[in-house]
Amino acid sequence: MDFNFTEEQQLLADTVRRFVRDNYTFEQRREILETSAGWSRETWNELAGLGLTALNVPEEHGGLNAGPVDTMLVMNVLGEGLVLEPFLAAAVLAPALITRLDDPKAAGALLPSIAAGEKIVVVAHQEPQSRGELANVATRAQTSGDSYVIDGLKSVITHGGIADEFLVTARSSGKPADADGISVFRIAPGTAGMHVKSFRTIDGQQAADIEFKGVKVPASALVGAADKAFGAIEGAHEIALSAICAEAVGIMEAINAATLDYTKNRKQFGQPIGKFQALQHRMADMFIQAEQAKSMSYLAAIRCVEDDATERRRSLSAAKVVIGQAGRYIGQNAIQLHGGMGMTDELMVSHHFKRLTLIDLTFGDADFHTQQFIRVTQAG
Amino acid sequence: MDLNYTPEECAFRDEVRTFLREQLPADIAGKVKNGHAVQAADYRRWQGILYEKGWGSPSWPKQFGGTGWDPVQLHIYDEEAAAAGAPRTIPFGLKMVAPVIMAFGNAGQQQKYLPGILSGKDWWCQGYSEPGAGSDLASLKTRAERDGDHYIVNGQKTWNTLGQYADWIFCLVRTDPNAPKQQMGISFLLIDMKSPGITVRPIITMDGAHEVNEVWFENVKVPVENRIGEENKGWTYAKFLLGHERTNIAGVGASKRELGRLKRIATSEMKNGKPLIQDPLFAARIAQVEIDLMALEITNLRALSAESEKKAPGPEASILKIKGTEIQQTLSELMMYAVGPYAFPFERASREEGDLKSVAGPEYAASLAATYFSMRKTSIYGGSNEIQRNIISQMILGL
Repeated sequence: MDFNFTEEQQLLADTVRRFVRDNYTFEQRREILETSAGWSRETWNELAGLGLTALNVPEEHGGLNAGPVDTMLVMNVLGEGLVLEPFLAAAVLAPALITRLDDPKAAGALLPSIAAGEKIVVVAHQEPQSRGELANVATRAQTSGDSYVIDGLKSVITHGGIADEFLVTARSSGKPADADGISVFRIAPGTAGMHVKSFRTIDGQQAADIEFKGVKVPASALVGAADKAFGAIEGAHEIALSAICAEAVGIMEAINAATLDYTKNRKQFGQPIGKFQALQHRMADMFIQAEQAKSMSYLAAIRCVEDDATERRRSLSAAKVVIGQAGRYIGQNAIQLHGGMGMTDELMVSHHFKRLTLIDLTFGDADFHTQQFIRVTQAG
Repeated sequence: MDLNYTPEECAFRDEVRTFLREQLPADIAGKVKNGHAVQAADYRRWQGILYEKGWGSPSWPKQFGGTGWDPVQLHIYDEEAAAAGAPRTIPFGLKMVAPVIMAFGNAGQQQKYLPGILSGKDWWCQGYSEPGAGSDLASLKTRAERDGDHYIVNGQKTWNTLGQYADWIFCLVRTDPNAPKQQMGISFLLIDMKSPGITVRPIITMDGAHEVNEVWFENVKVPVENRIGEENKGWTYAKFLLGHERTNIAGVGASKRELGRLKRIATSEMKNGKPLIQDPLFAARIAQVEIDLMALEITNLRALSAESEKKAPGPEASILKIKGTEIQQTLSELMMYAVGPYAFPFERASREEGDLKSVAGPEYAASLAATYFSMRKTSIYGGSNEIQRNIISQMILGL
């Protein structure tokens, strides 16, 4: 048993932290937010220069094959800095999916440019009715001669508006909630019949609804075996779930530090409000919840690549429950303790709170994962 | 980062398992696993078996007859012992006064007291709290006045756990009522429970159990040689002791065992023609406590790992106390809710004899309500959970 990180991992975390502290202050982030793009290609290139886009790419495709613990350390820092660039979508989820689909041709075509930060590949999987259930895919892919015809709606796909290419999940056979019968296709934005509606999200990030109306793609667009993509989709989302838990932990620690700082400096009734026991106990509970969340983020990082499916799924769902609940408690109370200032757009704490809130709603919320935990535990 | 045990740690775990399988008496394990009261004689018998094995005190250093195990080994032992249904360690001798005697007692005191604690021959109890000194322990009033080679002790201690069986009591007493700070006038005395002038009066708690007592001291003569360390320095030793009270404070092993019992009960009980464990609301409540326990287990391992690296066990233990007791309380609550109206029957006479008999309903339901009521104590004792939050906000958050 060992809770230490390797020297390389420490170095990675320190490097990213230094970058974020120097280049991603509240003001710098605000400037990026105010651009029409809402993210900075320049920053993305710099992150790529630090090796972040290569972390989750295997070595034979120009990557670092670093693993979930490295990703966790990076996500802690990106969470703290509320980095707007698409690390989770394009440097965690997409390469994890491609790697798991076991398709050398697609891997060779996509992974080196992902590793280099040249290409933003986005997984378009979520649908309005799926609500965290990974097998719930209603988008259809019907064969038509040598082609597939795709029809359906992918909803609130993070960074969907800036994708150079999509990995679209669609049902090529079976019923809407079956694990079997799901396939993955490479589709470029702008393909005829495809409509990408981009929008900002309340946490400052961006997303898109992507509609497919009779979108015809060649059979060569299929990645991996037809009908058999579910295992890869689940595996990739497990890596991403572990990563987003770490992002949440970074945010929670930043929020707690800011709240502590605020209550030590803000004076009412002639003393810092942090001297009041009602507030002290609240902050003690916020601290406890952040520690429990951190423990579960560690567990998620270790177990997301565990072979035993029951153990893996149980641990990840448990982690997402703890992170969702802790995030809500910490976020809501941080705003409360900041008083009116917490309500404004002017402090980082409200931005942290918004992102933390949306993290609970991403990849299945605490209620969803409680049910999932029960299902897996009782079946196992 | 690696959450797995090393091969050496796995081998150690197997050794502990084998020992428990071969040596833990089935009748005692049965009581623990089914939530029945463990009797003083059971505790003594089990301590004797551990002593024979050389495991009388896992947490002591080797020079005093301990095992010298590191924190991870101690954790493995605690987990396995709890899972097998071994009785909890009564902490007052082994985990509380013994570390104080080792750290601050003289050689004569170490030779006199430690062997009896290790073998289980001597049962110790604690004289800390008083009616007017609970969370504010340093305001204690029990007086010890010097009279030649003796102290004359007068006063009252309370919430004394299992003192009805005790041979010895360690006490905080006021030796200097005029000290500039109340913490500065306190001494730490070891007192023979057979001394004339000591009266033990039972306090019956709401679950009908006789676990705690008032202890009255009326002109009790205590030899000066029974004082630990220096006169008026007792508060230092008291704080040291409270630090040691915190080992295994999370109680993860025992809570895992109780979670298993909860699931067995919820599998036997029926609701709407299906086992209760399949009821969506009840299943969600079980899942919540199971998930909280998973998080606590990792938080506990992180604390242990920091301890292994010789970072002293710090105020982080307060997290373990708060979460650990909340989980214990929730588990007892869910077990009571699981049996519904069969939680009601209560035969007081059998409780007074030491255990609750089943008078109606399933055998496993007999003690559940009593246990629920009893477990409310866990967030009050050992520094209430509010005091723990004070510790976190002052020692960690710097407020």
